[in-house]
Amino acid sequence: MSALRIAGVRKRFGAQEVLKGIDLEVDSGEFLVLVGPSGCGKSTLLNIIAGLEAPGEGTIEIGGRLVNDVEPKDRDIAMVFQSYALYPTMTVRQNITFGMECRNVPKRAQDEAVERVSRLLQIDQLLHRKPSQLSGGQRQRVAMGRALVRDPTLFLFDEPLSNLDAKLRVEMRLEIKQLHRRIAATIVYVTHDQIEAMTMATRIAVMHQGEVQQFADPETIYNRPANLFVARFMGAPPMNCVSARVVSAGDGLAAVIGAGRPDAIQLPLSREAEAGAGAFKDRAVVLGIRPECIAEEDRRFGADERGSIAVEAPVEMTEPTGAETIVLMRLGGEQLLGRVSPDVRLPVGGNARFAVDARKLCLFDPATERLIA
Amino acid sequence: MAEAIRRQAPLSRWVIYAVLVAFAAFYLVPLIVTVLNSVRTEQDIGSTSVVGWPRELALSNFGKAWGTYCIAQRCEGISPFMWNSILMVVPATIISTLIGALNGYSIALWRFRGDNWVFGIITLGVFLPEQMKLVPWTLVLRDLGLSNTITALVFIHVIQGISFTTLFCRNYYVAIPPDLLKAAKIDGAGYFRIFWRIVLPLSPPILIVTVIWQFTHIWNEFLYGVTFTTGAQQPVTAALIALSVSVAEAPQYGVQSAAVLIAALPTLLVYLFGGKYFLRGLTAGAVK
Repeated sequence: MSALRIAGVRKRFGAQEVLKGIDLEVDSGEFLVLVGPSGCGKSTLLNIIAGLEAPGEGTIEIGGRLVNDVEPKDRDIAMVFQSYALYPTMTVRQNITFGMECRNVPKRAQDEAVERVSRLLQIDQLLHRKPSQLSGGQRQRVAMGRALVRDPTLFLFDEPLSNLDAKLRVEMRLEIKQLHRRIAATIVYVTHDQIEAMTMATRIAVMHQGEVQQFADPETIYNRPANLFVARFMGAPPMNCVSARVVSAGDGLAAVIGAGRPDAIQLPLSREAEAGAGAFKDRAVVLGIRPECIAEEDRRFGADERGSIAVEAPVEMTEPTGAETIVLMRLGGEQLLGRVSPDVRLPVGGNARFAVDARKLCLFDPATERLIA
Repeated sequence: MAEAIRRQAPLSRWVIYAVLVAFAAFYLVPLIVTVLNSVRTEQDIGSTSVVGWPRELALSNFGKAWGTYCIAQRCEGISPFMWNSILMVVPATIISTLIGALNGYSIALWRFRGDNWVFGIITLGVFLPEQMKLVPWTLVLRDLGLSNTITALVFIHVIQGISFTTLFCRNYYVAIPPDLLKAAKIDGAGYFRIFWRIVLPLSPPILIVTVIWQFTHIWNEFLYGVTFTTGAQQPVTAALIALSVSVAEAPQYGVQSAAVLIAALPTLLVYLFGGKYFLRGLTAGAVK
């Protein structure tokens, strides 16, 4: 059953069109992440789902029911805000029960619900405190408790982790994901952080300039980005996107970086890629290659030896992170990032040999910026 | 370096203190004269002048001023007029503050088309002089049949006060994060429940400021009091004038001074007890 269906939603503020026709469908139990840079319209879309703003056009269905003209409180949703939005003068318990009080839930049922949720979130020691007496992580938990106590069809999260410090953010990320699995809830989660999107989502909608650029599972978004925006936005460090040329090589096709130069690099295309790349034979394309597909020379990618291509390139800079070393190199005149094992010592300013995984190359049309292969 | 400053400091500091003390004394002279006269006998004042130290402490002036002194042929002192003022100031302050809070809440947190215009027009009232409104109010009170009643003054002060109270409350409420309202809407709270359960509990600082402002303003107001009420209906500020002009015999400065001090007492008390909130509330805008 689809928990949420968004069809043809448009919204404008004055002259600016912030949502240009959004279509999304989320199944029950899914964890949808709306991700994009600030100003892409993701928060507006969430507010429209919540009923806090009206769409200019289009329809919203929650749990199979058209809710365009339904008040936020009657949409069977719960929302967690970036600022937590806890009621400052109420205790934690009152914060959690306020919604039930508004819906005239009997006192007994309220107490049971508070008990259940506070134990689930380990906030039972805090029930008598005021929000000002809580730490950031505790406030976040209370805000989630306020949402959980409702047991709604749909949970909406509006950048809930962005006010937390880095360490706590990683912890809460894991907790939210576990929570999702435990209560099998349907979640729509807005963030600008692509790592949050990758780690938590069952499906991701990448948004930019009021449009959904790609709507797919995290693996597809990461490995087969629909266009250059998605390719560059998802992943840290981002995908290398360099100009290249499609040429025939033997009985197949290859992409050449720095065609015509003495240091040109030729990367053979996979059989699957050739289908789309055929139309671009002897033409310029944008080649996308993830940094982790460029590694130290003795790295083997998968079981298939042929996927790994040896190249030699000048090293311009290294960034050791501890777990790995990011290396900035020059291939065919283009700057690319690679990720090598931390115990490899690279001569900055000198040449080094690398292994390139050519199985996951992405090719984009330079005019439309769309994925072609 | 630090020592040099310390050694230099005394002279300039004494000059500053001297100037401040001089100004303070200058401003306090009328108050001091009034206080001194309030405890002097008529003979004492009559035989010397209105400026002088009391020869003996005469506290009877306060009793006379409160209960037996004759104002406009009534010998009940200022107590009935104090009562009039209280009957006027308490409802007017409470009602205008509540309306201001509700207005400010609506304008700051429930954005609607033209809300800034509404706010602008309401606050325009802050800048309109009282005299300008005398004639319109006379007509309104006549048509409502409220001429020469305390109710009329309550009515006027509520309406006049809305400009200030709305301004104060709106500027305080704009600092309330909009997410709080969104959360409450999703929780199922409506306009009045959000006001009552979320916004009002956040409001004591600004409500104290507004109440102090309205109380002192309405209590001290004179023009409307003297224009729209006569005789037994007058608030104390208006009655004090009658007290000074109605006496045929020698002016009784001692009793009059005592009456003035009694009339000023409520606002003084309000300031003493609420002053620190007043200063704090005017500077604080954040609800954190």
